[in-house]
Amino acid sequence: MISFSCRLARPRFTLEADFSSPSGCTALFGASGSGKTTIARLIAGIERPDRGRIVVNDHVLVDTEAGRWEPIHKRRVGLVFQDGQLLPHLNVRQNLAYGRYFAPGSAEAITFDDAVDLLGIAHLLAAYPATLSGGERQRVAIGRALLAAPRILVMDEPLASLDSERKQEILPFIERLRDEVGLPIVYVSHAVEEVARLANLVVRLADGRVIAQGPPADVFAAGPAEAPADRFEAISFLSGLVVRESPEFGIAIVAHPAGEIAVPALLPAGGGTVRVAIQATNVSLATEKPRNLSVRTVLAGRVNAISAGTGPSGLVTVALEGGDRLAASVTRHAIADLGLAPGREVYALVKAVSIDERGVGRFDGAKRAR
Amino acid sequence: MSLDWITPEEMVAIKLSLRVATVAVLASLPVAVLVAYLLSRGQFRGKILLDGLVHMPLVLPPVVTGYVLLILFGRRGPLGAFLEQTLGIVLSFRWTGAALAAAVMSFPLMVRAIRLAMDAIDRRSEEAAATLGASPLWVFATVTLPLAVPGIIAGMVLGFAKALGEFGATITFVSNIPGETQTIPAAIYSYTQTPGGEAGALRLSLIAVGLSFAALVASELLIRRSGQTRARFE
Repeated sequence: MISFSCRLARPRFTLEADFSSPSGCTALFGASGSGKTTIARLIAGIERPDRGRIVVNDHVLVDTEAGRWEPIHKRRVGLVFQDGQLLPHLNVRQNLAYGRYFAPGSAEAITFDDAVDLLGIAHLLAAYPATLSGGERQRVAIGRALLAAPRILVMDEPLASLDSERKQEILPFIERLRDEVGLPIVYVSHAVEEVARLANLVVRLADGRVIAQGPPADVFAAGPAEAPADRFEAISFLSGLVVRESPEFGIAIVAHPAGEIAVPALLPAGGGTVRVAIQATNVSLATEKPRNLSVRTVLAGRVNAISAGTGPSGLVTVALEGGDRLAASVTRHAIADLGLAPGREVYALVKAVSIDERGVGRFDGAKRAR
Repeated sequence: MSLDWITPEEMVAIKLSLRVATVAVLASLPVAVLVAYLLSRGQFRGKILLDGLVHMPLVLPPVVTGYVLLILFGRRGPLGAFLEQTLGIVLSFRWTGAALAAAVMSFPLMVRAIRLAMDAIDRRSEEAAATLGASPLWVFATVTLPLAVPGIIAGMVLGFAKALGEFGATITFVSNIPGETQTIPAAIYSYTQTPGGEAGALRLSLIAVGLSFAALVASELLIRRSGQTRARFE
């Protein structure tokens, strides 16, 4: 559990944010300069709020009204910095053990050997941070934070400096932390796919303020009332069971009442519910069922709402068979040409290759938390 | 190398100089590290004042520094009398006084080098250590201090060289007593005041050049070595 409410005024920036999350992974999402990192630093105790209160699992970290301030080293907030921030004069083993030395012995969430195994860093123990790749450094940083027996893990863009292959390597690990270790996580990111995959609560920030908070499907799915200014940020989430996988082609098929969704990743059939994030800009619409197309995913539904301003594109929300909503970003010209209007029967097309495998994740944990 | 070309009196001055400089650097090092840390990390009123005070000996005429030491630490001076009564330490006209003068004169150089090294440390390394549970004292001991080692070495060598060459403050505070306070510079000065002393002055000057040069080379090697380890880290 985390409850956060702080105000911090800086010469050219004011943060005034309020959010709380019962459990699981809370994502702080927003453009750079929106205050995400400041919030992470406030939770860790590196920054001091002008006024505010931060509580983690019933433990008050700061409460300006009650005059309570817990210094950084007593907070046990596992902060994973953007670039790892390993101590340059210590090797990997020493870095990992550093926080363990100060942690209360009883509070150990994970043993040294388990952490090393889980993160796959056994072969790096004698190496110095300078010789590690970005992904390796980040894994060590996560292990180091975990071994300090934290109350909460705060990850500040932990994948920002990594290529997508490395991201793929670390994301499942963070999922396991969320689901198996049960550690509350605050995940700072501006990557929609990561947030969509990991978080059960998204706190969306702009200019130091919370502009939306809720489950990712609600925060990212753009209803007519709040179409996002940036069409690339409109994202829908569809969930279904993996029914088939095709190792030969490297894809998996997810069953959805409106049709089958082809996903460019190998997921074991029967592996449970997965959630697929689909960007509105990757969805095309057709008024009749198309044939002879390379597009693998064709979902049936009806137009629910259309939001279009004066710009070239508009956002069409489709109510799919089975109930999910899918947002499609199409030109206003196409809306007029096809005569799209609420209630009209349409087929939504999604190119499988446009689905970012980072946005496909098992989501049993989130269901539990919601 | 044979050292017969050096007279026994000169040998005494050389050994005394080495002892004075070594004691001066080692005794003032902890204070220099602490002051450098305060100046680099501290946010307190009077920081500029402390900074100015530390750097005073760098800009004051050394004779003035020596005179201030004489007033404070002379046998009748407030601090000198106190030290003699409580600890039995006499500084005036003793080699210990020469070491004090050398320490005061080399202090700003040491502080400066160490402070620059501390300023160059990534503050986020210290923040990371703190989030892992290290108290400020532990952060200092396990992060700041080890990462400042090249600067500390540089400061020590610089301080040592300065202490070896210190003349004005020393001669004002503890005079020029052969065997007690006559360091190499003071001995050279005496030679130049004596008819026929040119050869002796030249010999001691050569020794001074050699010692200073050796100190610089040693520091360069030490820093390069720790630099290599740092490079390996980063």
